[in-house]
Amino acid sequence: MARNDFPAGLVLDAHKAQALREPVVEVPPPRYVALALDQGSGSEAEPVVPVGASVRLGTIVARPSDPFAAVLHAPVSGRVAAIEVRETAAAGGLGRCMVIENDGGDTRDEALQPCLDYAATPPDELIARLREAGIAGLGGAAFPTATKLATARERDARRLLLNGAECEPWICCDDALMRSSAGDVVLGAKILMHALAAESCVIAIEDDKPEAIAAVGTAARDLGASVTVTAIPAVYPQGAERQLVTTIFGDEVPARGLPADIGVTCQNVSTAAAVARWARTGEPCTSRVVTVTGSGVARPRNVLARIGTPLSALIEAAGGYRGEPLRLITGGNMTGRAAPSDELGLTKAMNCVLAATFADLDARLVAQELPCIRCGDCATVCPAALLPQQLHRAALAGDAAGLLRFGIWDCIDCGCCDFVCPSQIPLAWRFREARRDLRAQEAAAEKAAAARERFERRERRLQDAAAAEQCVLDAVRQQARANAGTPATPPTDRAE
Amino acid sequence: MRFDTSPAPHVIAGYSVPRVMFQVLLALIPAAVVHVAFLGPGLLLQAAAACVTALVCEAGALRWRGRDAAPALRDGSVLVTAVLLAFSLTPLLPWWLTVLGTACAVLLGKHVFGGLGQNPFNPAMVGYAVLLVSFPVEMTRWPVPLDAGAAHGWEDLASLSLACFYGGGNPAAWDGYTGATALDAIRNGLDMRYTMSELLDRHDIAGAFGARGFQWVNLAALAGGIYLLARGIIRWHIPVAVLAGLLVPAFIARALDPGANLGPLVQAFSGATMLAAFFIATDPVSAATSDRGRLWYGAGIGLITWTIRTWGGYPDGFAFAVLLMNLAAPLIDRYTIPRIYGHPRE
Repeated sequence: MARNDFPAGLVLDAHKAQALREPVVEVPPPRYVALALDQGSGSEAEPVVPVGASVRLGTIVARPSDPFAAVLHAPVSGRVAAIEVRETAAAGGLGRCMVIENDGGDTRDEALQPCLDYAATPPDELIARLREAGIAGLGGAAFPTATKLATARERDARRLLLNGAECEPWICCDDALMRSSAGDVVLGAKILMHALAAESCVIAIEDDKPEAIAAVGTAARDLGASVTVTAIPAVYPQGAERQLVTTIFGDEVPARGLPADIGVTCQNVSTAAAVARWARTGEPCTSRVVTVTGSGVARPRNVLARIGTPLSALIEAAGGYRGEPLRLITGGNMTGRAAPSDELGLTKAMNCVLAATFADLDARLVAQELPCIRCGDCATVCPAALLPQQLHRAALAGDAAGLLRFGIWDCIDCGCCDFVCPSQIPLAWRFREARRDLRAQEAAAEKAAAARERFERRERRLQDAAAAEQCVLDAVRQQARANAGTPATPPTDRAE
Repeated sequence: MRFDTSPAPHVIAGYSVPRVMFQVLLALIPAAVVHVAFLGPGLLLQAAAACVTALVCEAGALRWRGRDAAPALRDGSVLVTAVLLAFSLTPLLPWWLTVLGTACAVLLGKHVFGGLGQNPFNPAMVGYAVLLVSFPVEMTRWPVPLDAGAAHGWEDLASLSLACFYGGGNPAAWDGYTGATALDAIRNGLDMRYTMSELLDRHDIAGAFGARGFQWVNLAALAGGIYLLARGIIRWHIPVAVLAGLLVPAFIARALDPGANLGPLVQAFSGATMLAAFFIATDPVSAATSDRGRLWYGAGIGLITWTIRTWGGYPDGFAFAVLLMNLAAPLIDRYTIPRIYGHPRE
């Protein structure tokens, strides 16, 4: 068994068993879907169908304007009812969404094609087709898989790592998927290996998921895939990309670099399964498995749902609310974002919907922030080997140089420091705010530099023009002097 | 349905500063019991006076600064300061000096810098240093401990403590029961050309393995310190470094010149060694903050203490060693930033 090679981390209560007791159930397609144009990667795709257009299941409805968003497909057939700003799970709480009314027909777009002979498809073409299929990181980042693969090819990263760690409490959709669709995970691994011309593939799964490890191991043998299934210790945040790379390969991903810089490409196991499903059936990324759990739902379970399904429908599929849910968290309890309402649509990034009651949140709800006593407990658990107590001091003082020196950009926002802080300081949040302020300062500085550049160019232009005019005047004067033999009167004083 | 949108993480362990401080006080109980048994009940009087003063000063300072006093009084940090100061003081100190020292600790040591978490110096040691340099006579008059072969009893020490605490009575009348501490007596003895072995043979100075009486207090403090380590309240770096910084030079000096130097065992179990290593030097606020920094910080405290004990003008040196290393902590922090994940190795 591999060691846990990244620094520190936490052993947390998993809360996963309950939702895993029930089989994965499919949520009936909802009456309408609310497709966030930013599916969680931080970049919005641009709609390519107008309001009122009728779309089929799998029709492309939005395309990215940069490499950081994925192509979006209609997850139901029907009519585009609206493109409007709605509440989303994005950072600001609001974002543009496309609302599609479901006609109930699930009429499939004819353009959808499976890719059964992936092995005969050139890698670059395969990557282009994965881009068209809208495959994005289903582990929680929703980063377009094709972009990641293209970067990996550019940097010749030939080691594929499939992330089945799923280290965050409550979340167990990958576990459920690996148990029920291990074949797809392994097939996806083979397709991704082909796209990368990869030399090796490791599927890393935390050792608290023995069924998943067994299922994926069996599937790998059955499909004759040259993949290694590795059990890793269940330590949070084992599934964070950099930390996982270090556990598996021993090397660290350079600061501000990518795993591709050390020859590794990391994909989530459910992303691999989505790749396989697309290759088998032509179905683009229009649905995902998501954990619906928490003390606030009646029957915690994993469900298969269309992207854009309102969270309320997911809760319904898990038996509805129970007790008094206070927060509806999209993701786990360490990094998940609390949604303002259950009308939000499911995104590709959402691996879990956690209806948390007082019992699930207790200490956090009654937390009372006290001054930092520099005990350093935060530093002992930081998986990036930071000194959060020093970062916190710099953040409070607005000391940008200190924030940079103590590695504010190396913080992975895992929340381990928050968890152990005896002064109950919301450290992760404060660091998030500090990064936002730094970005704003940087943007302001860039804007100021651009303005100064513009001003200086204008000054130079005026000076050059004045100098040119003076030149002409001097020539005229000289000419006049030569002609008259007497000092000439300048025609105007404009040049002065 | 609508929900609360507080930021992640949504779960915390629920550790708290009051819990930390309470554990520290709990871990001091064995040392307190032994202290009272061997040195009379003076510690309790000192601790009571210090705690009352500390709470009043804390509340007053917070009120003056326009802050809410209730959470700060509940966090227990000021009580830890008061109790550690009481441990450092002689049990025979008049109450007004205890009050003065505690007020200096809380006001000059803590609140002038902005209260909990902001003080660059260990507040208890600030109070102690102020008293030691201002009232050297009162501060160095200790009861003769009730170790094996003592001529007086606990009742004598009790009445002595009470009389001294209230400031009544003639100190000269208590001559047989009071005296210098072992470290002080050894330092004076060496100055008077006694050899170390002669001094260590004297029953009023040396006990079975450390200083008479104080050896047991140190042993109990060590037990409390191990409890704090086991509970994860403190980490090993500072105590181990303090002890190494004190005992390694002591071992070397003893090996080179046994006639003039105390060995590591006596050093470890005399004066404030264990209390300082586990309870005073480990105050995180004024210490260096990274693991490597804490090793340097602790080693510095140990080494300075050994230097003061060996050549200095004071019998014990922990207060000054701690304050000096507090001064060095920001510098240590600057040069001991751990390598961040993904950054190049040097």
